[in-house]
Amino acid sequence: MFEALTERFQGIVRQLAGQARITPDNIRDSMRDVRRALLEADVPVQVAKDFVAKVEERAVGEEVLKSLKPGQQVVGIVHEELIALLGNSQVTLAGSPHVPTVVVLAGLQGSGKTTFAGKLAKWLAARGKRTLLASADVYRPAAIDQLERVAAQAGAGFYRAPEGTLPREIGAQALDDAKKRGFDFFILDTAGRLHIDDELMTELGDLKRVVRAHQVVLVVDGMIGQESVRVGQTFAERVGVDALVLTKMDGDARGGAAISLRQVTGKPIWFLGTGEKLDGLEVFSAERLAGRILGMGDVVGLVERAQAAVTQDDAEKLAERMRKSDFTLEDFLEQLKSVRKMGPIEDLLKMMPGVPKDAIEKLGPQKDVFKRHEAIMLSMTVKERRNPRLLDGSRRKRIAAGSGTSVQEVNRLLKDFEQAKMMMKALKKGPKGLAGLRGKLR
Amino acid sequence: MNLWNKFKDGLKRTRDAIVGGLGAALRLTGPVDAATVELLEEALLKADVGPDTADRLIARAKKRMGAERDLDLRGALEKSAADMMRGDREPTRFGPPAAHEGPWVALIVGVNGAGKTTFAGKLASRFAREGKRTLLVAADTFRAAASEQLVVWAARAGVEILRAKDGSDPAAVVHDGVSAARSRGFDVVLVDTAGRLHTKQNLMAELEKVQRVCGRVLPGAPHHVLLVLDGTQGLNGLSQAREFGKCVPLTSLAVTKLDGTSRGGAVLAVADQLGVPVSLVGLGEGLDDWEPFDAEAFAKGLFEESE
Repeated sequence: MFEALTERFQGIVRQLAGQARITPDNIRDSMRDVRRALLEADVPVQVAKDFVAKVEERAVGEEVLKSLKPGQQVVGIVHEELIALLGNSQVTLAGSPHVPTVVVLAGLQGSGKTTFAGKLAKWLAARGKRTLLASADVYRPAAIDQLERVAAQAGAGFYRAPEGTLPREIGAQALDDAKKRGFDFFILDTAGRLHIDDELMTELGDLKRVVRAHQVVLVVDGMIGQESVRVGQTFAERVGVDALVLTKMDGDARGGAAISLRQVTGKPIWFLGTGEKLDGLEVFSAERLAGRILGMGDVVGLVERAQAAVTQDDAEKLAERMRKSDFTLEDFLEQLKSVRKMGPIEDLLKMMPGVPKDAIEKLGPQKDVFKRHEAIMLSMTVKERRNPRLLDGSRRKRIAAGSGTSVQEVNRLLKDFEQAKMMMKALKKGPKGLAGLRGKLR
Repeated sequence: MNLWNKFKDGLKRTRDAIVGGLGAALRLTGPVDAATVELLEEALLKADVGPDTADRLIARAKKRMGAERDLDLRGALEKSAADMMRGDREPTRFGPPAAHEGPWVALIVGVNGAGKTTFAGKLASRFAREGKRTLLVAADTFRAAASEQLVVWAARAGVEILRAKDGSDPAAVVHDGVSAARSRGFDVVLVDTAGRLHTKQNLMAELEKVQRVCGRVLPGAPHHVLLVLDGTQGLNGLSQAREFGKCVPLTSLAVTKLDGTSRGGAVLAVADQLGVPVSLVGLGEGLDDWEPFDAEAFAKGLFEESE
């Protein structure tokens, strides 16, 4: 996410932090770089100007210049102001006292509304909420079918109105259905529309009133950058918008939309959508995004991913086996799978503070090592996995051939496994064991 | 509606961004001063022409005004832009050349939500009206109900469609589609592929396979690879075209949704900076609100002063 912007900002941060003395002059230089970085990220000129002015005003203040580490201080100010710009209020779903809570999705064609509808339903389901989905998109062929499939994938309910029902009728009927069947949430997907299309904008306003929407969520393609500002403003004026969602954030969006939308529309960003699968959804957090942009990492995000990937059950099972001290390749395989479930290793490294970007790039084929390890273990028989001592030369050769790797790689995996096993043993013994481990590894 | 009116309407918002920022300066003749250049730069950037292409366009326009004394800035910009977009090659047509033998196969590729399926449907209907036997191949087996969407378009256009079960290998669907077209004597095959972000290596590899399979069934196929760009994404289209181009050889580009954006200037940047020509532009939502790309009409649409 925002690779180019992140790179620019990290350069500026390094430069500032390395400065022994800070003068108004070199602050001004840095701020010029910040401004350029923002403009390149497709942030509107006015937003970039205001941001820089604010940081400069605070940074030139006496205290900063006289402080022990002035560079760090300035970086701190940039961080704080970036958070303020991104919008420091989190969206909480106004779970309405009247069931169901009604959410209407709106946006341009192709921004990703229907996919987001499914993601949101799944996200709600994970929080114990039952959701009914319905589509008022009577224009795009098979849009309603698409939502029906998505609803099934997300484990949500679906309402289908008879062919030929008008959008507002669909809304009203689906709302009734949601009430009758006692859903917690009712999400109404609408047709994509241009913000300049008078007729369809009026229709959207009607829909909002008919279903008495608690939240109107504007879904915006992250790649449209500055254009999102106009889209956001128009939807906000014509229909009223409560929260924003940015999609396709796994592309190479330059970041302009995420940075400026809050400021310009005054509406908070709720989610970032990544990927086409229904679990590709991340709650937007200004603090964490600012941290990532400035290269401070995102540890909270890392922990969240770990929690999502490893269920409590899995963790307990593993702990149980560790107590019994028979850590086998089967367990190793499970562990590896959990790590892989957290996402591509590059993404994880990016979330860790202090990992330089070029180090991640240099990873090259190494980043597939987990995948290859997994392939190797899956090419073993269950017996072999339970008892790695069986693995003689000829078995190793077979496994290498079966997994499309080499005998050396099989050997490396077995070595990694031995180290992991030692670590497990040491962990069981507590602090004393860990101290002894240091000598043994490597 | 004639051709020029379509371009004029479709590019209204982009033109507003450019012309609105320039006003009377457009009628200027003679040497262009620094202040005007700055104004011009700003206006072009607003339309997402991008700094590099904006510089080149301004330089060309200035040169032109030096050579033709009574040419005003507007005229110079329009002519220079048309030259830049036309380049020195023949315009690329999307469709089988007159002498083409056997089915003419086109892959339609692009990021999610760019408008591939809609465009495939509109193109099919045009080919059908021209009397060409057209087959739509629904190779998007990933997105829910993508093939149903294409089925509706096929019915509207009155053409046949080949589809497979959701989740099946797109290369297999394409294999079947091209084979069928060959044995049953279709003139045009339009393959609608799944949307994919250009940053996803594995999905790009899948596309390469689809392309390879085409060629294996019918040597020389695909005859055209059309990259569909969402006009609202402006300059991001450049990096999409670069990444897609690394994986499949692009024949031409289609830019959609131009009526809803002020970033139509990106088409100029695309034509200027990529070796891939623009062949089609989407200028509205109606069945016929798209046109083969026309450099003159497009340039006029960017700079014509509104009455």
